[in-house]
Amino acid sequence: MTSCPECEADVPVDNDLETGEIILCEECGAELEVISEDPLKLALAPDEEEDWGE
Amino acid sequence: MSRLTVAVAGGSGYIGGELVRLLLQHPAVELTQVTSESNRGKFLHQVHPNLRRQTRLKFVRMDELQDCDILFLALPHGMTQSRLEALQALSERIIDLSSDFRLRDPLLYKTWYGHDHVCPERLSSFVYGIPELHRDALAFATHVSGAGCLATATLLGLYPLARAGLLAPEAPIVVEAKVGSSASGNKPSLASHHPERHGAVRSFKPTGHRHTAEVIQELSGNTSLSVHFSATAIEMVRGVLTTSHVFLDPPLRENDIRSLYREAYKDEPFMRLVKEKQGAYRYPEPKILSGSNFCDVGFESDPHSGRVVVLCALDNLVKGGAGNGVQAMNCMLGLDETTGLTFPGLHPV
Repeated sequence: MTSCPECEADVPVDNDLETGEIILCEECGAELEVISEDPLKLALAPDEEEDWGE
Repeated sequence: MSRLTVAVAGGSGYIGGELVRLLLQHPAVELTQVTSESNRGKFLHQVHPNLRRQTRLKFVRMDELQDCDILFLALPHGMTQSRLEALQALSERIIDLSSDFRLRDPLLYKTWYGHDHVCPERLSSFVYGIPELHRDALAFATHVSGAGCLATATLLGLYPLARAGLLAPEAPIVVEAKVGSSASGNKPSLASHHPERHGAVRSFKPTGHRHTAEVIQELSGNTSLSVHFSATAIEMVRGVLTTSHVFLDPPLRENDIRSLYREAYKDEPFMRLVKEKQGAYRYPEPKILSGSNFCDVGFESDPHSGRVVVLCALDNLVKGGAGNGVQAMNCMLGLDETTGLTFPGLHPV
């Protein structure tokens, strides 16, 4: 278990994650990139901004 | 095990129809009678066509009601208080979905409803029936009052902040509620006539909406909060979205607010925190809640002004009415609160 860097919710993780893998935060839907395996570190994966008519 | 008998007084309106739909599918109760003065003798499905082949019940008059274990009241405002004694004789447990017993202070009826209450001494015997706020009291209640649909959305949106003592009396709470056409009932008028209603964005109560009183009552602790409420009817049949603007005291960082909501609603079966980073449904959206008892809450905080915007969505006829009443009944009966209420809504719709 680790926490989401975006919303700080608990994020369950598998033991066999590899650097570069993308996982999803169930609560906020953020795409999280594994940037380190030991210790496990997640970072927000870069995403494209959507235009909501602003 | 024999099922408990349930009757619905006032079953021809939209809330009544939803009650009938939910109770017919409820495994612990048997719907025995449904009243409508104007539709007496008609099959229920002749008024609520979605119930075709779900029941062979016909509407009866109020004076034909027989004893039952639970009596739901979905009558026009004022009728329950004027005939409470007779209704109590029919059932030990009453769930009144009108506004007759929502307010504890009888003087507020004069202020917000424009008349004195007929039996003010009975106001304290009703529990305000939002389980997320009064679950413990509901477990021992015999008389329950439903809540207003707009009030329910406002309250469930703001309750975690109020419970944490973050809403200061001097800081105004500004609420804008958007609501669909079914909230105004099934009696037609010029305002609801299709050419007038279609496409409308109608500010029907910029100030003075009656639900304001119950929001203040339920959100306030010892000191009355300052709630400013406006309501707008939009192009939608079912649904409510409340947008509440608050300034927290003390201010909290965004993820602390998120943590507060997460903690407040983690064990609530119908409350969902919706605040996502991507997709078309990042915040609460009533459209996908049609027919369901779920209530979605989200928020965004503005780091520049300190304003926190709380969004809350529900189906006005279900979590804002009949479904909430059935959930309260489940609490009263010691049943799992989700019994008969697990429909998740539709997508797309």
